Amino acid sequence: MASYDLTVPISEKEARALQVGDTVRLSGILVTARDAAHRYLVETLMQGRSSGSLSEADLALYQSLRTLLHDGLIYHCGPIVRRAGKSWEFVATGPTTSSRLEQYEPEVISHFGLRGVIGKGGMGAETLAALEKQGAAYFHVVGGAAALVARRVQEVLAVHKRAEMGVPEAMWVVRVAAVPAVVTMDSHGRSLHSKVERASAAALERLLKQ
Amino acid sequence: MKSLVDSLVELIRRASTDLPADVEAALQAALGREEPGSVAAGAIETILENVGLARADSTPICQDTGTPVFYVSYPAGQNTIELRRQIEAAVAQATKKALLRPNAVDTLTGRNTGNGLGLGLPVVYFEERAGDQLEVSLLLKGGGSENVGAQYALPSAALSAGRDLDGVRRVVLDGVRRAQGRGCAPAVLGIAIGGDRATGRAHAARQLLRGLDEASSVQELAELEGRLLAECNQLGIGPMGFGGKTTVLGVRIGLLHRHPASYFVTIAYMCWACRRARMSVRRGKVTFTG
Repeated sequence: MASYDLTVPISEKEARALQVGDTVRLSGILVTARDAAHRYLVETLMQGRSSGSLSEADLALYQSLRTLLHDGLIYHCGPIVRRAGKSWEFVATGPTTSSRLEQYEPEVISHFGLRGVIGKGGMGAETLAALEKQGAAYFHVVGGAAALVARRVQEVLAVHKRAEMGVPEAMWVVRVAAVPAVVTMDSHGRSLHSKVERASAAALERLLKQ
Repeated sequence: MKSLVDSLVELIRRASTDLPADVEAALQAALGREEPGSVAAGAIETILENVGLARADSTPICQDTGTPVFYVSYPAGQNTIELRRQIEAAVAQATKKALLRPNAVDTLTGRNTGNGLGLGLPVVYFEERAGDQLEVSLLLKGGGSENVGAQYALPSAALSAGRDLDGVRRVVLDGVRRAQGRGCAPAVLGIAIGGDRATGRAHAARQLLRGLDEASSVQELAELEGRLLAECNQLGIGPMGFGGKTTVLGVRIGLLHRHPASYFVTIAYMCWACRRARMSVRRGKVTFTG
């Protein structure tokens, strides 16, 4: 188990060096996105882009996100925020359950060229395949560690779709320093989650024989 | 009655920002069991550090401050319409103060109300009581953990689970195995045996108000609580599903009578951030406990 400090933009080489069990500290610019944001990324931005039907505002946001997310990271998180003058302060910022985003994530990873997804609970086989193809990793932050991660958020740079989606679901662009996480899915087709799932199924079978 | 609203905001602050002592002690004990330097131990260390930071800064332990569930027992004659209004005012204020996340989303439009109030939110249970004391218990029930809760109708052929306590044991183990780490293990399990689908769910969640040191007063249930705690921790799911010896911190079982045709076992799965707090008001004097 190795330990790495990674800063966005992350190179393909850096991402492919990561192995399940490695610990990382993540720095640089992240974009939060959960249920409503993933749906918007795929069904509005990506589909609108290919059919040429994006509004001017959506096109501008699409281009901004293309830049931020290329070699970048998405964070599955619905924060608690507080107004700080004209900007915002992140008060509590732990990860949300990633598996809800499985239907969208593989496309998002390849379309935007992500080097990683940050969340909790792990994701499924299709995301694992997308990580392998793209050269990216799944970074597991300890669920509920919201006060700890909030302290690593240095600056809130922008928020998108807050009025439409609400505070938890909006896309927050933040600069972070040294967010601690564990690699639980890597670009070599390995997932700690499937391993634990298999072992616990076998353990259950033993217990049910008693 | 502005002061009752203020006290309710304080109740919310305590629940959201400070973990009950028994839960924190169980996490400390879990750290001692996990392999030093393991990913599991690292996760519990992070959890404990986070709990300390949240307490010091008086900020929420977790950004998902959950569904607020209020259990109010009030002296005969107290106006519950007014009490509900005060609870709603407290939730809106606590949301404004960033002690709660705005967690009320319109299910049709997807719009967030922004103040934590909505159809059926917050959840409030009223119960009249003897005496002149008002008691309010608050549970902040996380959304991710709620998603992995389960309800089984016994018998279950697939799990060879009959309508007895061994059947209960089998389905609970299956429920915890299915949840993996997704509900933010290590969990506290509130379990109801009996009732219908709705009362069983409500009674299961109510068990989460009991301390980890408050075993059932029914001996068979107390034994099952202990056995399930030990066996859940043999599943190897571990903190956050990273693998390890601590999947569950405590199991609390409650009982309801049932319809002859039904035998429900309901699991209210609570993340490690088992946030509960209680206050009582007697002759204008407010006391916070737990």
